[in-house]
Amino acid sequence: MTAYFIQAFIYLCAAVIAVPLAKRLGLGSVLGYLIAGVVIGPIVGLVGSETNTLQHFAEFGVVMMLFLVGLELEPRMLWDMRNKLMGLGGLQVGVTTAVIMAVGIYFGLGWSVAFTVGLIFALSSTAIVLQTFSEKNLSKTEGGKNAFSVLLFQDIAVIPMLALIPLLALPELVEKAQALVGQAAEHHEELSLVAGLPGWAYGITVLLAIAAVVVGGHYLSRPLFRYVASSGLREIFTATALMLVIGIAALMSLVGLSPALGTFLAGVVLANSEFRHELESNIEPFKGLLLGLFFITVGAGIDFGVLASNVGPVLGITAGVMLIKAAVLFLLAMIFRIKNSDRWLFALSLAQAGEFGFVLLSYTVQNHVIPAELAQMLSLVVALSMFLTPGLFILFDKVILPRYEVNENKPEADEITEKGAVIIAGVGRFGQMVNRFLVANKIKTVVLDQSVDQVANLRKINVKSFYGDATQPDLLHTAGIEDASMLVIAIDNNERAVELTKYIKHTYPKVMIFARAFDRGHHFELKHAGADFIVSETYHSALELGKEALIALGVHPFKAEQKKATLRELELCYKDSLYEMWKKNSEDSKYSTHFRELFIELETAIAKAMKSEHLDEQARVERGWTPPPKDYEKRMNKNEE
Amino acid sequence: MPEEIKKILVLFAHPSQERSEVNKLLFKASQEHSDVTTIDLYREYPTFHINIDREQQRLLDHDVIIFLFPLHWYSTPAILKQWQDLVLEYGFAYGAGGTALKGKTFFCATTAGGNEKAYQDDGYNHFTIRELLCPIEQTANLTGMHYLAPFVLFSSRNANEEGRIPGHIDTFNTLLTSLAANTLDLSHAASLPVLNQAFTQETQETH
Repeated sequence: MTAYFIQAFIYLCAAVIAVPLAKRLGLGSVLGYLIAGVVIGPIVGLVGSETNTLQHFAEFGVVMMLFLVGLELEPRMLWDMRNKLMGLGGLQVGVTTAVIMAVGIYFGLGWSVAFTVGLIFALSSTAIVLQTFSEKNLSKTEGGKNAFSVLLFQDIAVIPMLALIPLLALPELVEKAQALVGQAAEHHEELSLVAGLPGWAYGITVLLAIAAVVVGGHYLSRPLFRYVASSGLREIFTATALMLVIGIAALMSLVGLSPALGTFLAGVVLANSEFRHELESNIEPFKGLLLGLFFITVGAGIDFGVLASNVGPVLGITAGVMLIKAAVLFLLAMIFRIKNSDRWLFALSLAQAGEFGFVLLSYTVQNHVIPAELAQMLSLVVALSMFLTPGLFILFDKVILPRYEVNENKPEADEITEKGAVIIAGVGRFGQMVNRFLVANKIKTVVLDQSVDQVANLRKINVKSFYGDATQPDLLHTAGIEDASMLVIAIDNNERAVELTKYIKHTYPKVMIFARAFDRGHHFELKHAGADFIVSETYHSALELGKEALIALGVHPFKAEQKKATLRELELCYKDSLYEMWKKNSEDSKYSTHFRELFIELETAIAKAMKSEHLDEQARVERGWTPPPKDYEKRMNKNEE
Repeated sequence: MPEEIKKILVLFAHPSQERSEVNKLLFKASQEHSDVTTIDLYREYPTFHINIDREQQRLLDHDVIIFLFPLHWYSTPAILKQWQDLVLEYGFAYGAGGTALKGKTFFCATTAGGNEKAYQDDGYNHFTIRELLCPIEQTANLTGMHYLAPFVLFSSRNANEEGRIPGHIDTFNTLLTSLAANTLDLSHAASLPVLNQAFTQETQETH
């Protein structure tokens, strides 16, 4: 036990020191993890023997990442992207694989080995690239968007690769492995449902497992989540999310399929669910930590012995792979008419090998496709190319971009408006109206609510809505607060509405906040917290009812409307001074003044204001459409004389 | 004599600006002039609740008043009528002590769907545009303002397709500049059937 604590402490400590440092130096978090691993592993030697076991555990981070990638992929979005996905992504993987395979064969590799190496190197690092894009705000550029569709294709392509690779097993490696297995038979035994089944039964089992994920995800997940969510316990929801991912991974392992495939599938199935954002924000931290751990183990696992004895080849292969990848990408960018600096961004950002490379390499060794010694060397190549990626981004920033910025027009204005989604927190009777109005005017909205029933009801009438606590930063993040132009706050908890306003204004000052206030005091608190526009929930409906009352009591409707407008104008006039008074009051005696007393004070102030303005206002209403005095012509004639 | 810069107020009224092809551009062009104050009435008073004090102060602060609008049923869009009804009060614009507008220059800049021939005795509109805008002309007279001929773009629905808009905007810019510099012959401008002629002749001469 003590040993575990010490190990865990060393790993976490390394991450805590190295990652913020790397980010500050502009190298990105992934490189931070890798460096942390190198330091505690081969350099200092604090850890080492257990990295292999840990790596298996940390690979679960990749499984979670694929689950999250799946969650992002609504089937419709996938369909919209099909051309770029298949064209750009397919060509990238295909051509890169072919070129690397050809080079491999030229250097004397067997075709199956060369082919596998090609497949592995065709993949790029989703983790590094997407992380860097979001850190550098490149996601919405033309190059960034195209790079994303290629990464997406690659992530999906991993699945057929995992299916394909075992078929390429080298007979001599299998023999060797079997000899080893013969020596330690019990060691190799794994839990499996399909061991010893005939081919047809195996096929059926696999199909059944996939069907279970798809059908279960579609029909059973919702009742399950609703049941769990209605308990209102956040940690149980987290537990459910974890249970789901682990359960699917376990099921897939049992039938001998890739756990990543299973969770990816489950992600896609759940992409349309109202629980998507909540799931995402629950899984995200685990994914982040496990992926981090994965990168550390990669760093720690770098065999400096192997590197030292193969410096030439490893460096050569790394440079070769990155050159080939960049060249293929650049060519594709030309064919697909990606222009200017975006072409370079596209080519440079994806020129590394990716984390799936590690997974596939260990997978290929297990399946006797690539000899262990070669795999070890190629692992170094993958790691090295990932190490070099931040360098390529720096090259892009410092060398490529300045060359284009001079004669390149600013990005089209359309892009910005497209980003402008509105997040609506709370869709009770109030938020719902706001949402309906915005959606009817073709404004993209993301709706969040904590009531499962409310979300379900809205879903029934085709309003895009998600379950979750909108005051949780994680959920806001997954709902896209960074790119949103406005947050509408209409949640029922007054204090949390104020806290949320403060948090958003502090963290994302560009996001406009339109808030619903419960009453005047709340109104002022929201204003103090920085909300851009606030309306008290009953204000306008009360005015409207008051107006109708006047009409029912015999006032001419047009006059009643005028009176209403006057009252509104008066409120507007005095709003600022009342707010100042409230602020002074709450500063002078923060907690001694009872809120009720304060409120009474405010009401008196308004009454006074109304009174003092009353005569003038009356006059102003009368002022409109006033006929001239009875004898005005006589007076006019006198003037003329 | 030191040149006195005249301050110009453009009161713009267009209820469906997303469909505007000419007026919106004229409004934009006028915003480029430093001596011109531009008010989009439908933006400022979407509920037609016009602030009389504010509008009267604006009139006091300017020397030239321009109504900029598309012709709606031979008159201004509703909000400009609302504006006149409320702002041009007895005691302010006319009647006893109502001299606030005396000596100011005033005209309408408008667009008409029909062609120039339609706005003649024998055309299908039977009246010239200047005749149709008589109520406004008389309002100017009663308030003591110097009324200029209307500045008009005829056949405005086809102006874009026929490439007539840039030229019209150029003329409008010239008009604003000469009004600000007080170089326009006001009595000549008042006597014309349409104000555009003050400039078509000028440009023909210079060519």
